Amino acid sequence: MSLLEIRNVHKRFGPNEVLRGINLSVEEHQVVCLIGPSGCGKSTLLRCINGLEEIQAGEIRLHGDRITGPGVDLNALRREVGIVFQSFNLFPHMTVLQNITLAPTQVLRLPQAEAQAKALALLKRIGLEHKAQAYPDQLSGGQQQRVAIVRALAMEPMLLLLDEITSALDPELVSEVLNLLRELAKEGMTMILATHEMGFAKEVASKVCFMYGGVVHEEGPPEQIFTNPQHERTQLFLASIIEAGRL
Amino acid sequence: MTDASPKEVRRHNATPPKDGLGFALLALTLAIMLLAATGWVMWAVKQTMTANGFQALWADALLLLFALIPLGLLLPATRSLRQARWARQALQSENLIVARVHSAEAHTWAWFTLGYAGAWGLFLLFVLFFIANNVAVGRTFFQLELIRNSFGLILQAFGVNVLIFLFAGVLSLIWGLVVAIAKLLPGKPAQPIRFIATFYTDAFLSLPSIIVIYLVGFGLPLTGIGFFRNLPLEALAVLALTLTYGAYMAEVYRAGLESIHPSQWAAARSLGLSYGQTLRFVVVPQAVRRIVPPLLNNLIGMQKDTALVNVVGVIDAFNQARIIASNDFNLSAVSTVAILFILITIPQTRLVDRLVERDRARLRQG
Repeated sequence: MSLLEIRNVHKRFGPNEVLRGINLSVEEHQVVCLIGPSGCGKSTLLRCINGLEEIQAGEIRLHGDRITGPGVDLNALRREVGIVFQSFNLFPHMTVLQNITLAPTQVLRLPQAEAQAKALALLKRIGLEHKAQAYPDQLSGGQQQRVAIVRALAMEPMLLLLDEITSALDPELVSEVLNLLRELAKEGMTMILATHEMGFAKEVASKVCFMYGGVVHEEGPPEQIFTNPQHERTQLFLASIIEAGRL
Repeated sequence: MTDASPKEVRRHNATPPKDGLGFALLALTLAIMLLAATGWVMWAVKQTMTANGFQALWADALLLLFALIPLGLLLPATRSLRQARWARQALQSENLIVARVHSAEAHTWAWFTLGYAGAWGLFLLFVLFFIANNVAVGRTFFQLELIRNSFGLILQAFGVNVLIFLFAGVLSLIWGLVVAIAKLLPGKPAQPIRFIATFYTDAFLSLPSIIVIYLVGFGLPLTGIGFFRNLPLEALAVLALTLTYGAYMAEVYRAGLESIHPSQWAAARSLGLSYGQTLRFVVVPQAVRRIVPPLLNNLIGMQKDTALVNVVGVIDAFNQARIIASNDFNLSAVSTVAILFILITIPQTRLVDRLVERDRARLRQG
């Protein structure tokens, strides 16, 4: 059984249909990269998997359990599926440490001391333990995004969704975030990334999905998608990426 | 574009500075006139004092000091004049940049003179108003003896205002938040709650607080319901002010809650926090930080409205002062109340200013 099974998912915002029948399955320990032009539905798909958006048709299953439709305990789902956003979305009124321990203490009911020890261990791992008492606006963008990833990891999710997490970063700060993702991938973290970092996708993805117009147009191992794309749309997209010097 | 026409060359034409001499002379004339006017006003004060049989060396010294203060205006005025003359000289020797510097200085000093002269002029007018008609204004509003005699009683009654303010302040801050959250509850099932909350704020925002105080203070005891009948009048006043200002507070809270970006909700909910937990730990703390200045402004407004409770017969400072004033046929006691209100409000207004400034500084910082 796949870890995640997405079947014929449709999502509308008013009259605007953003997802028009998405099919995708993700196995455990896979890193799936969603690529495609802006507005193709990458972010919306990730938000649907996390229950931040309701879908109008189709279904999403996690380990065979349906996580869309009425009666689903979204709070319980979100303990298992974490998401990291493009704009970090750290809580600006809390220290780094408080940002990380809030959900473990309030949702998982971990004792404060235990949650803090865990958070500090995670911070140490990304080399930011000295920033534990700092506020988000005292950190660089790259540091903030790494803290946001660690905040999601503190809930020990079985699946991590990453929504264009390097798009808002200055170019020289991108690598520190990608390095962390590389490590997570090596450790076997199951991840779905919406990304414009084609080089990174090529390197770590187990599967690349090209999305266009609300459907998965083409999917396959990165070698195939990047060197021998089958569909014309995929070819056009990659051609313009190469023209822009991004691949 | 391939055509080899020469590129147009544009030149900057230096402009001569504005002449500051006329302005400087105006400032100087004004300063001299004000000096004369001050002398005359101080002389008038001295006349009034003599007419009332008041004679003291310190008072004379003070009057003389005041008469000499506008001499200080001559300093910036003459400076302005000097700079304006230098500007002219520099212009004649075609030194444009030096002329510009001097002219700018001349204008600055002239404005300086005008600013201080204006303020001093207003002060003189106030003094004239105060002593007019043989110190009628002073006698009506500021009879020191009456102020001294009634001060104890009024201060005591002012304690009632402060007490009502403290209770109603805390209660309306809590009540307002409850109403705001009710107004923003999501989903169809909460629609009736939202409707009631909206109707409540609409109603109490449009009601003058004096009417609410009147209706609550007189009406509720009249209903004969035991609970209300046994409440002290002060408690009913607190209830009325809480109802009114709760609506104002709710609107401020709502603006604050709505100003929190949806991405903060998304981040909190995606970590598994419930709606209530998200409100409590993420949204409300951030919202309240943003709206401290408007909340404090509402509190200041409420503090002033505590003077309205006299309509139902609470003996607050204003009511007490009115009783004294009608006995003495003089308003000095009411002035005491006014001064007390000013004294406790000014620090709060300054605090609000400072908080707003701090917020701005943080925004500028980014």
